[in-house]
Amino acid sequence: MKYEAIIGMEVHAELLTRSKMFCSCSAAFFGAEPNTLTCPVCTGMPGVLPVINRKAVEYTIMTALALNCEIAEASVFSRKNYFYPDLPKSYQISMYDLPLSENGWLEIEVDGNSRRIGIERVHLEEDTAKLFHVGGYSLVDFNRSGVPLMEIVSRPDMRSADEAYAYLIKLRQILRYLGVSSGDMEKGAMRCEANVSLRPVGSAEYGTKVEVKNLNSFRSVKLALDYEIRRQSRILDERGNIEQVTMGWDEDRGVTVVQRSKEYAHDYRYFPEPDLPPLSISREWVEEIKAKLPELPDARRDRFVAEYGLPAYDAGVLTADKAVADYFEACVRAYPQAKTISNWIGGELFRLLKEAETGIEEVKVTPAALAELLTLVEKGTINQNTAKAVLGEMFRSGRAAAEIVAEEGLAQISDADELGPVIDEVIAAHPDEVAAYRAGKERLLGWFVGQVMKATRGKANPQLVTSLLKEKLQRRQ
Amino acid sequence: MKLSRAEVEHIAELAKLGLTEEEKKKFCEQLSAILEYAEVLQQLDTEAIPPTATVLPLQNVMRPDKVAPSFPREDILANAPDVAEGCFRVRAILE
Ligand SMILES: [Zn+2]
Repeated sequence: MKYEAIIGMEVHAELLTRSKMFCSCSAAFFGAEPNTLTCPVCTGMPGVLPVINRKAVEYTIMTALALNCEIAEASVFSRKNYFYPDLPKSYQISMYDLPLSENGWLEIEVDGNSRRIGIERVHLEEDTAKLFHVGGYSLVDFNRSGVPLMEIVSRPDMRSADEAYAYLIKLRQILRYLGVSSGDMEKGAMRCEANVSLRPVGSAEYGTKVEVKNLNSFRSVKLALDYEIRRQSRILDERGNIEQVTMGWDEDRGVTVVQRSKEYAHDYRYFPEPDLPPLSISREWVEEIKAKLPELPDARRDRFVAEYGLPAYDAGVLTADKAVADYFEACVRAYPQAKTISNWIGGELFRLLKEAETGIEEVKVTPAALAELLTLVEKGTINQNTAKAVLGEMFRSGRAAAEIVAEEGLAQISDADELGPVIDEVIAAHPDEVAAYRAGKERLLGWFVGQVMKATRGKANPQLVTSLLKEKLQRRQ
Repeated sequence: MKLSRAEVEHIAELAKLGLTEEEKKKFCEQLSAILEYAEVLQQLDTEAIPPTATVLPLQNVMRPDKVAPSFPREDILANAPDVAEGCFRVRAILE
């Protein structure tokens, strides 16, 4: 039978605030010595009083607005009760019946088709401690405990692993544009869980849903969901029952395995956090935040097409990452030829970044330096291929293009008097090819150009070489 | 409202408490009595009263996003039942 997959996603993103959610300990815990960023609040000592980090609320509202959500007038923190050593208070301060925002949507594109994925809610809570398992013990590091954590819950609107993947990529893109989270899944700054169920195509009822956890990379999300959809199809094909369980993705084996049976929501015994007075979100504050929202990826992509006349593909590539889009615009200000810059960024620069396994934030080639290089190409000082080599050197050393060209004698030879003898030598050295060319094998022209380029260490002006060669090869006919 | 034995066992399980047969019986009665008292309160007409999450006349108590020094690690770990490698050490947690 043909089935349709119904997928919903829960994403947790650590917010890039300086301090924690309810205390003034630093939230920059990555790489810190265990338990050095802790205090009685974030280790759950009795008698302490949490105080809400205003920035975390603001970041959550920013995200909610970017996801087209309605911002609540009143929002209340609640206690979510469960026992685990990563949770020192035995409850997590979260939101339950009165989240900060609800009812939004996010537009994704898969295979050229746009679809809106509903956002059920965006709320704020605190992260838990980190556990390390050694021998017969577990070690607890509370540095992460109390770091602001935003939860974004989608509606079950995704229909394939590809759509779930596109949703996550888009969500991370927005978080990064807003600057509210690094969205780094490998570092755990963005974590996700998926709910997956199947139903026969055409059916309106939902099947039993299975929660899939332990998705630690974008790739594993795709693989795990594809696997889980196949697993459920097989069970349904054999007229079996899908159990409502939590599955964990086992990356090494490429399978999902049962983790534990589902705890029902009421088992968490939520109740309003008595230590935190409710939030009343004024419309003035919401407007203030809205006015500060940066241009979001879709708007920026459309503007790149309209303002710079770029193809939609180029605009999409350049705006995928805010830092790249910023870099591109800085380049265009220095050298106003958008398509040329797009080609260089999307081609050579991306290749160099990939090779060096680094990001554009780390790049030594400033927009002004790239502009200078492209000006050298435009003026004919160097040719396209030399420019690629020069960019490679600029990328490695951070030196200026003109300096590299001068020092390594890379300037293009555009002087017919200088190229003439070189071409004559090439022609004289290859009588067979000359004869073949004159006999009509005109494809050989490219080969001759190659020989001349080789003889000049790639510095010859290829257009000039081509026309000189044509002339000289024909002249003696 | 009378709580069932199964409900008491469920609550005990959530609270990670191991109860003896006698305790189950005792808490069944005590918890039922608490619920009965809540039922008395539920007879009040609260139709015109908006639900509230707090009894304090406060809202929007927030702090600026500023970092202050954390506590010395020795002080934090002084409360640990057991310590290893700068961490609280607890019995093995199995997923
Ligand atoms: Zn703290």
